[in-house]
Amino acid sequence: MNNEQLIHHFNKILKGFLFYLSGLILACIFLFPIYILFVNSFKSLKAMFLDVIGIPDKATFTLKNYINAFQSLDYLHSFLNSMIITIISTILIVLISSMAAWVLVRYKTKTSKAIFILFAISMLIPFQCQMLPLVGFASRIGLMTPAGLVLMYMGFGTSMTTIMFHGFIKNIPEELEEAATIDGCNAVQLFFIIVLPLMRSILITVAVLNVMWIWNDFLLPFLIINKEGLQTLPLKTYLFFGQFSQRWDLGSAGLFMCMIPIIIFYLFCQKYIVKGITDGAIK
Amino acid sequence: MSKSKIRFWVFLTPALISFLIIVLIPTLIGFFYAFTNWNGIVGSNVKFVGFQNFINIFARDDSFIKALEFTTLFAVFATLLVNITGFALALLVTQNYRGTTFLRGTFFMPNLIGGLLLGFTWQFIFTSVFDEISKNTGWSFFSGWLSNQTTGFFGLLILTVWQLSGYMMIIYIAQIQQIPESIKEAARIDGVTFWSMLKNITFPLMMPAFTIGLYLSISSSFKMFDQNLALTQGGPYKSTEMLALNIYNSAFGSNDFGLAQAKSIIFLIIVAGIGVTQLVLTKRKEVEM
Repeated sequence: MNNEQLIHHFNKILKGFLFYLSGLILACIFLFPIYILFVNSFKSLKAMFLDVIGIPDKATFTLKNYINAFQSLDYLHSFLNSMIITIISTILIVLISSMAAWVLVRYKTKTSKAIFILFAISMLIPFQCQMLPLVGFASRIGLMTPAGLVLMYMGFGTSMTTIMFHGFIKNIPEELEEAATIDGCNAVQLFFIIVLPLMRSILITVAVLNVMWIWNDFLLPFLIINKEGLQTLPLKTYLFFGQFSQRWDLGSAGLFMCMIPIIIFYLFCQKYIVKGITDGAIK
Repeated sequence: MSKSKIRFWVFLTPALISFLIIVLIPTLIGFFYAFTNWNGIVGSNVKFVGFQNFINIFARDDSFIKALEFTTLFAVFATLLVNITGFALALLVTQNYRGTTFLRGTFFMPNLIGGLLLGFTWQFIFTSVFDEISKNTGWSFFSGWLSNQTTGFFGLLILTVWQLSGYMMIIYIAQIQQIPESIKEAARIDGVTFWSMLKNITFPLMMPAFTIGLYLSISSSFKMFDQNLALTQGGPYKSTEMLALNIYNSAFGSNDFGLAQAKSIIFLIIVAGIGVTQLVLTKRKEVEM
């Protein structure tokens, strides 16, 4: 090897070393909060006061925090509440938005253009603008229920979802639908048999984005269904910290338990989440 | 009505109706309430008070102005740091090495977790963990976090950078991957250095992604609520209260719904104004590919 090759070779090794070093440091920083929750969730409050950073040793290791947090959060119940509300809302949002997006693309009229623009503009309005009138009106007509909450998610979710579907349907050629119409398909058949199956990939992407948003949402359920037995996981977490502030032994176990479902969800849907963010950003 | 018109409205109606009754009508009613003394209690008289609520925001109740200053300063810092970090992470994980998939997953993960859980998690770190570090090392830098405005501010900032950089990273990765390999190859043959390539090739071609990244981080900093509520509750003494929490507190803390509505209109003007200006300004700088 001559000198130049040697320098080149050395540069390559140095670059690789720098890449792995910075990757390692950054990964540790990003995982640090999760690590702290995890190790402390197995310590008693006393052991935590003595050492909050290290891993629990044999003498201090305990599972009590999980048992107590599980009970105080009413975990299974709150988990199911969150799950039911998230799934039903997502299905309905995706259904009504895909229907709307289809006709908004296929009918090139002034009305459809105006409605599309209305949806786009509405995304700029912060939630605080609707919050109070919405709660006032919901309490008057008996919408302070899980069903009312689902209806609200439909309203809040539909504009963004319709716009994402709109962008996708624009690129589906119309000929297929024309052919099916000649074969005698009516509008409902046309949509459910021809159009929806073509939208498979975007349906999943958009559903995943809606699931993440609704699952984590706190303020709306707090205002609408803050009643014993109806609370979702974020709501219970909030009340839990009101009750046990500074009890970080229970707190760390509770927080860790609440993070597990969404992390599992991520492991399964990583591809769609990444696609959803990039698609959503481009629109 | 023709058959085809019926189809249009039948398919559109479910989405349109839910949008109208949940989003549009409450917004319009809210505009009206901003000019009243509505207190949110069912059955109480709602009286028209003209611009009194707006006058009160500036003349009597200075909490909104303080929240606006705090939020603006926060948004400036957060937007800069989140996007610089996100872009740096994107550059790192688009290198040709093994392990980038794991790194991407790790950097993105905080985004999945709700703001409320993140707020409580960091509250734990800033109080308990930082306190222990300060006791063990004697560094006063780590003691008393979240007990005053400055550490509350930086606490919120650290949380936000930790949460949002991974999201921006995903957007920037997508854009970096769209830069044609031929351009990079040509630059490499010409012996262009790393920094020069970044400045003259990557940066200009990244403009569309910067538009999105800046817009998303500005608007989410301004609208931040859950993290603020869980991390500092706006305290101590409202010194870290951001706009959304301030509006929430004037409604549910002091039952002044009319005032809260007036604040929310100003909030809307700020958020929408920034969004539109930012999009127009950055769109002009974009390079056509």
